[in-house]
Order: sequence, then structure tokens, then C-alpha cells
Amino acid sequence: MSVAMSAKGRRDLVRTALYHGFIITLGLVTFYPVLWLVASSFKGHAEIFQNAHSLIPSRLHWENYVQGWQGFGRYTFATFFRNSFIIATVSTVAQVASSALVAYGFARVNFFAKKFLFTCMILTMLIPGQVLMIPQYVLFNYLGWVNTWKPLLVPAFFGTPFFIFLIMQFIRGIPIELDESAKIDGCGKFGVFFHIILPNIQPALITASIFAFYWTWDDFLGPLIYLQSTHLYPVSLALRLFSDPAAVTNWGAMFAMSVASLIPVFILFMAFQKYLVEGISTTGLKG
Amino acid sequence: MAAASKALSKSPAARMPRTRGKIGNYDNVVGYICIAPWLIGFLGVTLVPMLLSLYLSFTRYDILSPPQWVGFFNYEDMFLYDRLFRQSLKVTFKYAFTSVPLRLLFALFLAVLLSQKRRGVGFYRALFYVPSVFGASIAVAVMWRQLFGVNGALNSILLSLGVIDEPYGWLTSPNTALWTLVALAVWQFGSPMLIFLAGLKQIPQSLYEAAMIDGASNVQRFFRITLPLLTPIIFFNFVVQMINGFMMFTQAFVITGGGPHNHTLLYILYVFRNGFTYYQMGYASALAWVLLVIVGILTAIIFKTSSYWVFYETKEDA
Repeated sequence: MSVAMSAKGRRDLVRTALYHGFIITLGLVTFYPVLWLVASSFKGHAEIFQNAHSLIPSRLHWENYVQGWQGFGRYTFATFFRNSFIIATVSTVAQVASSALVAYGFARVNFFAKKFLFTCMILTMLIPGQVLMIPQYVLFNYLGWVNTWKPLLVPAFFGTPFFIFLIMQFIRGIPIELDESAKIDGCGKFGVFFHIILPNIQPALITASIFAFYWTWDDFLGPLIYLQSTHLYPVSLALRLFSDPAAVTNWGAMFAMSVASLIPVFILFMAFQKYLVEGISTTGLKG
Repeated sequence: MAAASKALSKSPAARMPRTRGKIGNYDNVVGYICIAPWLIGFLGVTLVPMLLSLYLSFTRYDILSPPQWVGFFNYEDMFLYDRLFRQSLKVTFKYAFTSVPLRLLFALFLAVLLSQKRRGVGFYRALFYVPSVFGASIAVAVMWRQLFGVNGALNSILLSLGVIDEPYGWLTSPNTALWTLVALAVWQFGSPMLIFLAGLKQIPQSLYEAAMIDGASNVQRFFRITLPLLTPIIFFNFVVQMINGFMMFTQAFVITGGGPHNHTLLYILYVFRNGFTYYQMGYASALAWVLLVIVGILTAIIFKTSSYWVFYETKEDA
């Protein structure tokens, strides 16, 4: 009996070792490009091309970061990071705040043609923004908004169907009795929204905020189409020009600025991992 | 309007009891104030632009001079003469139909592995999700371009292993350029993996226990229980990822720019080129509308065929 147990125990041990060995190997392969990017950002010029696959720089060339930060065309990356932070923050706050209000309207208020409008909203979720880039450009160009941040910021105030949907799911989970009791205490519909709904949907608001920030931070097509003056560039557009293969001379600096552009994204990921995972799992958001 | 709102409030869909007597208007006013941001946006940046682009697709328009009506000329040109249109369709279909299934397969495989209750799975999940977090950022595209570049890490590894004798131009060879983009899409399998993991959690443990008693093997349990119960989630992922696949732009723009010789000319790249390089806004609008129709048809096909392979528990009970 005891012999059989130990044999089974040994088999389990081998299995566990195989399992972890396999996953760690796969994880290393998956993670290698990221490590390689970070390693390359610390390599000297010659090292980048000789033994390119190595993950260990001969010494840490911090000057890559210093030189990269100098940017191009009279503007340093301080300008581009500042621009990105402003655009991403304003856009995130606007998207989430308006989405919450719209979600409340759809989830808790009965109004004329609600079902029809809700269907319209769901359909717009399926229409990718890229399909609309030409007519939106024509429109914003007509309004004289080209080469300003307006085309990037104004649409944020109209809410985002994905977030409206996400927040609605959350509002539906709040017992309607809470609304009722607030109403007895003299709250109007907006009172209910501010006193009952908003405090109860914080997790959804955080999840939506993180995704809104990511998407705006990474957005490239918008800035590419609308911005011409270098001083308006966000990091994404600046990095693309900075890394133009026809123009790059300092490869280490290019890698360094690539890494720098990912740092805010990574910090958010570490801080809000739980919300991200939940957000994706419940709504199937694209990450 | 009042009658209509009354009718609506009687419908079973209406959940909120009417609290202010007959003043249905109160709800209407509040409701429309709440959804006003979305409604304005829907009309201003979605519906009107869509109609505008439909109109523009029948014109020649270079932004500087007013649009000229040309009837079906753009569409004729596209379907009859434009070889790059056909090329971009071919490339896009190839890209979407390889990258999406491969990505989902990978995601499913790892989700099943990481759904086991073992030490460290939480850490592993986070690890495999990181590439997706970096998502569509330019930095990742730059990284990929350098990885697969002639002087990049991949060549360096293969050379030192003796697999190849001289550096290979992965991005400049027509045979491999598109596959580097597919590889990038597969590498970012993190978010479908998380969705699958959430789905796996929903499967009742009792089913597996019953199957074990019946002597089902691991493989049998996967194909008889896990896979059928996951099909609704696979289906959902498939639709979403397909649409995303057709809309791929940023990474292709940075990594290959459509080259070599248009072998990675994804559809949106071609729309962009027509619109913002040649300033043919009319033709670009026509291209965008054709894409919208194609994606619509594809989505409809996926939905229609879903009844053959998507398994819903409630149906089985009947």
C-alpha cells in the first residue's frame, strides 16, 4: 500500500515538474521579445547588431536614454510625453464620465424609442473606427480642426459604446430597491445616479478608465491623420518618426524611447491587473 | 410621442415602474439628457459621416476642390481594373484567416493549461498577458521590425544555431513578410486566453467528476465536455477577432508599410494610402464601404453557421 502511494506521489511530482517546465519554457519564448527590447535599449551601438539576440548588454548604456530623450526637430520627448498624458487623461475622463451617464440612461430610465436607440448603439460597436476615418477627416477638416487635438478629444465626450455596455452590465447588478428607497428619500433620477449608482459602479469605472487610457495612449492612426506640427505629437506618433528606418542613426536611443513609451502602460498593468482581468473576462474587450 | 412612450412602458421590456403618475415626460426628459452625449456622437461622428462617405464614394474628391459626381465610376474602377484592390483583399483574407484561428488555438491551449489548480498559475497568466497589454503600441511594432530585421535577433539566433548560413530578410521577402505580421498577432494571444479562462471557470466541476466515474480519459473529457461548452465563447471571440483582423493597420504600417511589392498591403493600409497619400477621398470612401459590406457579410455568415457548431446548453435540454 505504502509503496503504491509513493509511486503515485513520484508520478505526481514528475507531472508537476513537466507542467511547470513546459509552461516556463513557453513563457520564456513568449517573453523573450520584451526582454530583448529592454536589453537592446541598454546596448552600445556595435552590440545591437553583433550578437543581436543576446539579452545581456556588456554594460548599461544609460546614455541611450539621455540621447533619446533629446527627441527631434527642436522638441524633446518631454513634450511628447506631456502631450500624450494630456490627451490620454482628458480623453479617458471624458469617455468614462459620459459613458456612465449614458449607461444609466439605458439601464434605469424608460424613454421614447429606447429599444431602437439601444440597438443602434450595439450596432455601432460592430462598426470599426477605421471605416469612418475618411468621412470624419472630411468633416473635421471642414470644421478647421485639422492640426489640433480636437478630433482626438471631442469624440471622447460622446461616450464609447464598449464602455457604455460594460457599465450597463454593472448597473443591472445593483438591486432596484436601492433606487426605490432613494426615491422615497426624495431623490430625483439624477440624485439616484449620483448617490446610488455612481458609488456602486466603481470597479466598472476603473476597468473602463484603464482601457480608455491604453487605447488613447496607443492610438496612432488618429494623430497620424490629424496632427502635422511636431509640438502637438503624442509619443506614439513621435516614436514612429523617431524610429523611421530611413532616418535612424542612433539605434540604442530608438530602443530606449520605445521602452520609455511602454513604462506608463506597464505601471498601470501592475497596479490594476485585477480590474483588467475582470474587465476582459466579463465583456470580452479586446486588450 | 406620449402614446408611444405609454406603449413602451407597457411592454415587458420596460422594467422601471412609473413613479411620477402620468408625467411620462419626466422620464423622457431625463432619459434623453442621459443619453444625449451618445446620441449627439452617434449622429455627428457616426451616422452623418457614414452617409457622407456613401455620397463621397460616388464622387471624385481631393479635399481642395468640391466633390464631383462620377456615379458608379469608383466602384467600376475598383472591381474591374484595380489590381491593388484585389491584392489587398487577398492579403487581408490570408492574414485574417490564418492569424485569427492560430491566435485562438494558442489562447485555448494555454487557457486549458492554466485553468488547472496549481501553484503559480496566477503568475503565469499575468506573464502570458503582458504581450497583449502592450497591444497596438508603436513600441511593439518597432520591436517586431527589429526582431525580424536582417540584423535582428531572429537571424542572430538562427545563425548561431547553424540553421541558416547568411541573414535572411524576413520582412523584405515576399514569402515571409506577411507571416511576421501573423506571428505578431499570434504572440498577442493574451486577451482571448483570459476570456477562455473565464469560460472554463463556468463549466460545472460535477460534469468532469461524472465523466471520471465513467472512465473518460483527459482527451475525451476535453473533446466531450470542455470544447462543446466553450463553443459560445469561441464563437464570440471568433467574430470579434475577425473584425479586428480586417481592421489591422498600425502594426503593418510600421513593420512592413505594405511591402515588399504590396505583399503585406492590408486593406486599411490601402484605404489610408488612397485617402491620405493620393488624396482620392472619393475612391477611399468607396473602398471603405466595400470593406464594411464584406465584414458585414462575413459576420452574418459566422452567425448563420453558428447553429451548426455552437452548443447552447438550453437547446440540449429541450
